[in-house]
Amino acid sequence: MSDTTDSGPVLAADGTPLKRSLNRALRAQKMRALALIAPLLIFVLVTFIAPIADMLFRSVENQIVSNTLPNTVATLNDWDGTGDTMPGEETFEALYYDMFLAAESKRHTRLGSRLNYEEAGISSMFRTSGRRVDDVGEDQIDALEDIDESWGDEAFWFALMSGADGAAKADDIVEAQRTRLSRLNETGFSGEVGFAPSQEIADLLPRTVRAYSAFAVFTAIADGDVVAEEEPWETVKVALIEDLRNGADLSGYDGPGAEELRAAQEGMADQPAIDYKQAFLDMNEDWGDLDNWKTIKMYAPPFTEGYFLNAIDMQKTPEGFQARPESEQIYIKLFKRTLFMSLMITGSCILLAYPVAFLLANLPMRTSSLLMILVLLPFWTSLLVRTSAWKVMLQQQGVINDTLVWLGLVDDASRLVMINNQFGTIVAMTHILLPFMILPMYSVMSTIPPYYVRAAKSLGATNWTAFWRVYFPQSVPGIGAGSILVFILAIGYYITPEIVGGTTGTFISNRIAYHISISLNWGLAAALGSILLAAVLILYWAYDKIVGIDNVKLG
Amino acid sequence: MADTTTGDAFVEFERVQKSYDGENLVVKDLNLSMPKGEFLTMLGPSGSGKTTCLMMLAGFETATHGEIKLDGRPINNIPPHKRGIGMVFQNYALFPHMTVAENLSFPLEVRKIGKADREAKVKRALDMVQMGAFGGRRPAQLSGGQQQRIALARALVFEPELVLMDEPLGALDKQLREHMQFEITNLAHELGITTVYVTHDQTEALTMSDRVAVFDDGRIQQLAPPDELYESPENSFVAQFIGENNTLEGTIKEIGDDICLVELDDGELIDAKPVNVSKVGDRTTISIRPERVEVDTAKLGENAHTLKAEVMEFIYMGDVFRTRLRVAGKDDFIIKTRNSADQRRLQPGEQIQIGWLPRDCRALDAV
Repeated sequence: MSDTTDSGPVLAADGTPLKRSLNRALRAQKMRALALIAPLLIFVLVTFIAPIADMLFRSVENQIVSNTLPNTVATLNDWDGTGDTMPGEETFEALYYDMFLAAESKRHTRLGSRLNYEEAGISSMFRTSGRRVDDVGEDQIDALEDIDESWGDEAFWFALMSGADGAAKADDIVEAQRTRLSRLNETGFSGEVGFAPSQEIADLLPRTVRAYSAFAVFTAIADGDVVAEEEPWETVKVALIEDLRNGADLSGYDGPGAEELRAAQEGMADQPAIDYKQAFLDMNEDWGDLDNWKTIKMYAPPFTEGYFLNAIDMQKTPEGFQARPESEQIYIKLFKRTLFMSLMITGSCILLAYPVAFLLANLPMRTSSLLMILVLLPFWTSLLVRTSAWKVMLQQQGVINDTLVWLGLVDDASRLVMINNQFGTIVAMTHILLPFMILPMYSVMSTIPPYYVRAAKSLGATNWTAFWRVYFPQSVPGIGAGSILVFILAIGYYITPEIVGGTTGTFISNRIAYHISISLNWGLAAALGSILLAAVLILYWAYDKIVGIDNVKLG
Repeated sequence: MADTTTGDAFVEFERVQKSYDGENLVVKDLNLSMPKGEFLTMLGPSGSGKTTCLMMLAGFETATHGEIKLDGRPINNIPPHKRGIGMVFQNYALFPHMTVAENLSFPLEVRKIGKADREAKVKRALDMVQMGAFGGRRPAQLSGGQQQRIALARALVFEPELVLMDEPLGALDKQLREHMQFEITNLAHELGITTVYVTHDQTEALTMSDRVAVFDDGRIQQLAPPDELYESPENSFVAQFIGENNTLEGTIKEIGDDICLVELDDGELIDAKPVNVSKVGDRTTISIRPERVEVDTAKLGENAHTLKAEVMEFIYMGDVFRTRLRVAGKDDFIIKTRNSADQRRLQPGEQIQIGWLPRDCRALDAV
């Protein structure tokens, strides 16, 4: 016994607060319990919860635009995406470098398909541009190489960029390009590049050094070649031309290639400037479409609500959120259908399962064991087999139709359509989910002692009153448990609706599967999945509020 | 088996038989008649058929053969809810999803009694069992004794003329049980209800009942008021089942109307009152109540028999002494002596004389 004093907390025999010594006493027990569940917990966390969380995160993640076109996105920040002016030349210039690198990395088509979810047609724009982006500034490059053949020589370029021996190096530029490329390619991009620009040339020709560094990182790591032995990309030369034309001050420079640089600056002065915008328009005229640019700007931020909007048949426009055109609306309808059909399935399961569970709980042991085996029999049969069996039963040339025609109840020409529609899905899924309703009902009903009904009858209640007023209320927790189980299983069901659902009997889960495996729009799939999950959680919460989860007994 | 049918019977069993499996009879030829207002207890070991009889009366089991009459009407084909019999179940069977008041109101609702009337009756019934303040509680919030009272109130609230109770006090502790025994009998007598009470506790049966029907093997072995049952058991089973009992085995030597001579197995001769023995040479079981055995044989007078006995064990029980003796070769002979001021405490190993009056010594059928 512990002593209670008027002022302080209850103390244990040794003077420590009772609470603390109780906690200490229970800690070992708790740790043991934790150790027992740890294997399962870790297994579930690593293989299930973490991947699902990652998957769901894709519903808002949108880094592909800023990773693929980082410079373009940066210039678009200064552009007013709501008006009707096109982005300026600097955007197209930035797009040139971004697109070139993306095309080299073969990532431009992915961005194309991503943006295509939001604005149809963007995909082909990126595809064609990726093919032809190395033609930009062709004439100017030819002119440059005409001035001095060294501009086509890889060793010369390498010497120029590296600077004299012992020159100060600008490693950070290489690292910046490495980071950029690793984001673009979603791989590490670690390894030795074997190149570092000299600080002097980096100050003098910033664009060129950036472009050459990107080239060097890509060549060394992605291609596995030696930088000094590869001719630089067109972007490097274009960048040099831009640097020279923009008045790089070469007067003080006397490092490697100083002569050639001065000659090039002089020679390029009378060449026409590169018109990036026109070049892109030549590749694909959609680059002149203002809406495409608005889409790019809208989806530039790293996180987006676009997938969720899409999942509820809305879209983001420069004017705000708007419903999609009637003809493109699909998901709300699918959600409603999923909900409606799940409720229908739950309802029919309740109606069919209640009498069976009642019998199971009230028959003598031997008979009820036999009945229980019949209930469990479907569990021992493959889900696919059972679903396929329904296909055989319900199709127009199937068993039921044949029988009805044979009996003369249905005309041979007007056989009933019972499959590949909602009816078929509801029938098959009711059958498949029935045990999940029967078992919780049975486990609750078998705990209701027979003397309650006897007592009710002895008090003057008829059979029906005794059932309805006394037995039924006590069996409600079983109905609740079964309903939750069946409803939650039904709302996410995939295989059965896929096989017997046709076009009108499919669920939202079939659409999710379509986006995961066929259209590869994982973001939308994740958004749809998140909404489904939220719907289930909300319903569960509502059920808890109305019925009380304590009233649910699963065994 | 005495025919107990009388003209003004309220409850009647006539040659009732019950079998569950078509092979064995659980109730064999039951005849019973109860006048109105009687408190009758069915007492017996488990499996003796007493609960089956109660269930047949309530209508939850149908008699395989024979007729059950309630107030002169045969009720074999009347469903339980039309019999109007109140019933208290062993586990109370209070509906867990209803409050106490709703539980009590239930039998009134199914009888379509108006709301105001209903409330008045529920209140009266609750007050009757001193549970007036508990109407809003759920059964699970009540103690066992309180649930018991509510179950009783529920069985009485619709004013049935017959109430059946199936071991209603089985789940209560000893003190509460004794208190409730008293309350139930009082209520039953106050309200003038006919009560059939099933129990396997003989003290309960003896203290509560007007008459007790002792069941064994599907038959009523004896139907009698408690004192008669205890003092004049009609056969060995009843003698053994009710109260403590000493038995000695022997053979009838002589038999008269009121007295017979029995030769015990060790050769001693004693007098006994013949109960269900018929002729000389029959095996018999002699039954003597422990408290009727006298140690001070001088008190008994002349015609009392005395026997030699050896003290085996002496047990002090407070108000009484319980002494185990070896008598006529058997060492399970018990005597009880009052712990009065002059009572001597016997020592184990002591040789004594014991005796009894012939009328307390009953010659019953051999076991």
